[in-house]
Order: sequence, then structure tokens, then C-alpha cells
Amino acid sequence: MDYITCNSVASMNKNRFALLVFILSCLLTPLLAQERPYFVTYSHEMEEPGNLEIEMFNAAGDPPKGNVFLGSNVEFEYGVKAWWTSEFYLDGQSTQNDSTIFTGLRWENRLRPLLAEHWINPVLYVEYENISGDKSLREVVGHDGVPDFLVPNGVARPDVEREIELKLILGSDYHGWNISENIIAEKNLSDDPWEFGYAWAISRPLAFAARAHDCTFCPEKFQAGVEMYGGLGDRYSFGLRNTSHYFGPTVNWTAPNGTTLSFSPQFGLNDYSIPRVFRFGISYEIEQFLDKFHRGHS
Amino acid sequence: MRTGVRMLVIATVLFAFALLAFAAADGAWLARVPAQDHARTNPYQGQAEAVAAGKRIYEDHCRKCHGEDAEGTKKRPPLKSERVQQQATVGDLHWLLVNGNMKKGMPSWAKLPDPQIWQVISYVKSLGQ
Repeated sequence: MDYITCNSVASMNKNRFALLVFILSCLLTPLLAQERPYFVTYSHEMEEPGNLEIEMFNAAGDPPKGNVFLGSNVEFEYGVKAWWTSEFYLDGQSTQNDSTIFTGLRWENRLRPLLAEHWINPVLYVEYENISGDKSLREVVGHDGVPDFLVPNGVARPDVEREIELKLILGSDYHGWNISENIIAEKNLSDDPWEFGYAWAISRPLAFAARAHDCTFCPEKFQAGVEMYGGLGDRYSFGLRNTSHYFGPTVNWTAPNGTTLSFSPQFGLNDYSIPRVFRFGISYEIEQFLDKFHRGHS
Repeated sequence: MRTGVRMLVIATVLFAFALLAFAAADGAWLARVPAQDHARTNPYQGQAEAVAAGKRIYEDHCRKCHGEDAEGTKKRPPLKSERVQQQATVGDLHWLLVNGNMKKGMPSWAKLPDPQIWQVISYVKSLGQ
């Protein structure tokens, strides 16, 4: 998109938010992101060093005997090194017939101990979170399930959870397919026991080779796959009893300006899960972010 | 005596790290490419369409670090260099793109499907012709 197009769009559209989005998408460097269409599962692929990715992920659901909710994260993911990615989250949620609240923040770091590509590539993940009343379903651990979504915001908000979350991320790229598995352990820093969970996903681009000419909806700009995740109980009651599990197809599309849109309808696999969760996300990657503050950058 | 042995072990470990760091210096990655990867051929060899597609991929993923015209930037090496154009085979470049050279800041591009990796190699190699 060039500046002339930007100006014409601005003159036509009076909506300030839409204008801001267009200006940003015009000013930022175009880029073909290669994002995996996963919402919960992490792949072993790290952020390129120096790049900043801004993402917004949402989860909407309607728990039985509860109110419709929309949980959201805004994420800032930065490639510190080729083997180290750091990410900061701001979380919030809105619940029908209740309220909209800021639910907290998270800070995570992912480290890749093996510096070459292998059949299975491990990544170590450490996260600190300070949240209350979260409904973004960024992961499911322990006995997370429908009852957590029935608590009114006024009751949930004062109950601040400070937690450490560890993940072992295992990822493989095989003939264009990506297969990722996460093993999750989470500890509330109060006296609660360790809680466990899992996530896995598989995806591939709809076409492996790129086309010689620019295109908007060509198959290589789409990635599709499936994702599944759920809880595994806690230290004293490990297993599948009273745990929730979700499964669903997932797809994303990268627009010519580098914005990636993702969507996934996900289905609860037992009565302890929300029957349907609709996830959608948008992300944008700014290349060599810090260079933009250096004198004489191009 | 025990302190002396401990110091010797520490010195040996430090020396090994120094050797590893030296081995990871620019261009040393070429020596790490296995023979079978070194000998690989580009399935898109000689295809103008692949060069054009590779140029698009280069602009999307590589340009910011290696320069608009692959001339390199302050921090990252040029791709028109003798090392890339003459010394490295297409198999070597494929190995580098898949594995990266992470200690030197080059990420792994294994997330790109193999055909796209070969397409960008087609483009990079075309710069030396």
C-alpha cells in the first residue's frame, strides 16, 4: 500500500480507529509474516532477532448457565537473540450482563537450547503472570473449566493470582508441516499445588512454493491446521477427571501489508469444557524495531 | 593441590568455550555443513520464475538485515560476497537457512517450506551472475 492510497482512504473514512490502523499499516514496513495459526500452542520457531510483533488474540464463548464473554490479550513479542524471545502481555475481558475489566499482565521468555535444527526442537518457556478474572484461555491447566467462567467479575477481580508457568515446547518441521507439542506446568505462588496441562497442533501452508508475482489471496498466504489443548489436573489429582479439553480447526491469512488474521472455532470435548469457543487474532510484525530509533535508518 | 586441579579444569573449559566462539566466527559455518548437504542441488536451478519468487521472499524476510540489494548492512554480511557467491554451494546455503547461525544472529528459516528456501537461494545466487 502506498502513501497516496493511504491519503485517499483517510479522506473517505471518518472512523478514527480505522484511520489509525490504516496509517500504521501504511507506514510500517510491508512484510510477509510466516505465523503459525495457533492460539494456545507454541511452536519452536522464535521471533527473528530485532523484530517486534504486536498481536491481539481474542476468545469468545458462552459457558452453560453463564454469560457470554470475550477475553483478549495484547502481546508484544520481541526477538532478543535468534535463540531468545521475550514477550509481554496485557490481558482483559468483557462479560455480558457484568463488566469489562483489565485482568493483568504476563511476561514470558522462550529459550532455545539447541542452536541447530533437529527432528524435534526443544524450547524452554518461563512465564510470570499476575492476573485475576482472566478469560482469555491462553492455556488450560489443572482443573480449569466452566465453573471458572461463572464467577462474577466483582468476585474474581480481587483474587489476584501470581503464577509461574513453565512449558516444554517441542516442535518439528517436516516437509512443510509443523508439528508442535507443549507440556505445561503452572504454580500459583501461594500454597496451591502444581497444575499441569498440554497443547498440540499441526499445520501447513496451503502451498509450499511462492509465486513470482504479488498476490493477495494466493494459497501460500494461508496456513491451516488443527489444535487441541486441555488440563491434566494437579499434583494431588493428576489425570483427566474434572478437566476441560478443546479441539478445533484453525486457519490464518497474511495480508500483503504483513498483517496476519487468524481464526479458529474450537469445541469443548466434555461437559467440563465450554461447548464452543471462537478465537480470532490479528498480528503485525515490525522488522528491526530498534533500528527505527537510530539516526539515519532507512 | 585440589585447588590447582580445579583451576586447570576451569581453564580447560574456558579454553574450549573460546575455541567454540572462534569456530562460530563469520564463515566458519561453512566447515560445519555435512557432505550430503553440501552436495545438494537446487530443484529450481535455472528457472527465472524461481528467481522472481525468491526475490519476493528475500524482500519479505531478508532485505532488512542484508540490505535492499544484498549489499549487507552495518550489522549483517553482504550476500554478494565471494563466500556466498563462489565458496558456498547451493547446498551449503540451504543448510544455513534451515539451521541458522544463531550465535551470530542468523535465525533458522526452517519455518519456510523447502521450495521457498530453494527459491530464495535461486535469487541470492542470481545476484552473482
